[in-house]
Amino acid sequence: MSDLRAAVAAGALGSEESYRELLQSIVEVARSIFDARASSVFLFDEESDDLVFEAVAGEGAGELIGQRFPSSTGIAGWVLVTRQPLVVEELDKDPRFSRETAESTGFVPKGLMAVPLLHEERALGVLEVLDRPQKAAFSLAEMELLGKFANEAAIALDLLQKARAARTVLEDEGADADALARFAARLDEAEPEKREAALQLLDALGKLLRES
Amino acid sequence: MTQEPADLPAWSLPAGAGERISIGVDWPERVTRDWAFGDATGKGVRVCILDSGVERGHPRVGEIQGAVAFNRSGEDEEVEVVEDTEGDLCGHGTACAGIVRQLAPECSLFSARVLGAGFKGSGPILLAGLRWAVDQGFDVINMSLSTTKRQFAELLHELADIAYFRRTVLVASAHNMPVESYPWRFSSVISVGSHEEPDPMTFFYNPSPPVEFFARGVGVEIAWLGGGTILSTGNSFATPHLSGICALVLSKHPELTPFQLKNVLYLTANNVGGEK
Repeated sequence: MSDLRAAVAAGALGSEESYRELLQSIVEVARSIFDARASSVFLFDEESDDLVFEAVAGEGAGELIGQRFPSSTGIAGWVLVTRQPLVVEELDKDPRFSRETAESTGFVPKGLMAVPLLHEERALGVLEVLDRPQKAAFSLAEMELLGKFANEAAIALDLLQKARAARTVLEDEGADADALARFAARLDEAEPEKREAALQLLDALGKLLRES
Repeated sequence: MTQEPADLPAWSLPAGAGERISIGVDWPERVTRDWAFGDATGKGVRVCILDSGVERGHPRVGEIQGAVAFNRSGEDEEVEVVEDTEGDLCGHGTACAGIVRQLAPECSLFSARVLGAGFKGSGPILLAGLRWAVDQGFDVINMSLSTTKRQFAELLHELADIAYFRRTVLVASAHNMPVESYPWRFSSVISVGSHEEPDPMTFFYNPSPPVEFFARGVGVEIAWLGGGTILSTGNSFATPHLSGICALVLSKHPELTPFQLKNVLYLTANNVGGEK
């Protein structure tokens, strides 16, 4: 196993969980800042052409993760295909939207803001904020703020996808590579003294393997 | 034999031939909104909505003159154009068409569906749709969408320039974030962002491009699938406001080139010479 792969492995294993936490924290903060009922991040799954709930705060949290729907449907779909942020209000007035949404998510929002998650050339997914209080008319300043959250979420989603891709590579390499990757990850996390001892042991093991 | 100016491949101009390229616009001393589009209805102007399709018979849209859809088919996934019988699968195109119709009630509307059949392969479909729309010689093409893929940027740029010189005006949604996407960033198109004013005829010239104009895009009542309406905000809906205004100007002054039309928009913008 090359040093490079060991480095990738050290980054991939364990980091997936951190990036998920980062995404979760982004939707939590977005929900708080807008004083909204819910906020979610959808990941665009290129293989299946679906949008998948990746992080949810507020209404639906804990139940919706992993649920998916075709990328060209719904308002999240509009936003993904047009690459344009969008705000829609008075959604509850539309009976068809209400029924379809309630069936898939369990509650019907009155309004929502949705923004594409763009990173470099790719559209990675969509961030939505549902039911912000309608005290005043929606403003472009809110749209800009949402855009800033979207930038953060896009970076987190990009890292999460990279970590998953690295893990897939390691899994494809079989159990040997996985075991070595886990070792590299542990080594990376170890206290300096333990790390030094582990490296000495590894050195001795290398000599033994060469001699035999 | 004397050729008409439009037919003349004008790579150079011989001495004393200035009269042969006289311009058929009777410019007033001051370009006002009344001169530009007073009493105009959009009649005679062909507007293409390059989007997710348009719902047939929506009261906000009325009659449309034609609809096509672009699909990828066969083993080599060639993009083919077919007559569109499905209308609008997601509602975005219907919303845009409704806004153009509101501003230019007598314009001819056409729908070219390039969105809605999934996200995959949307780049080649978008390119094929735009190429088709430019070949059809529409007066205005509304593009409330963009792509972030650089591999399509060069071809889009080429098409935008072809349109510009063929007198087809491309009106494209800008991003409200510093995102590299196309075609709105090209100078041969008219790019549109949103302002917060409630008047649909209010628009501003932006002295700090790349976004060139701001039109109504906040709290807009848009056509919604199933014949209804809904309140929405986004540059997607600012764009058809400016497309509608372009249709009004062109119905009164069909001889204007995209270059001249952009000048008229500049001169009649609310922050330049337009009514406050």
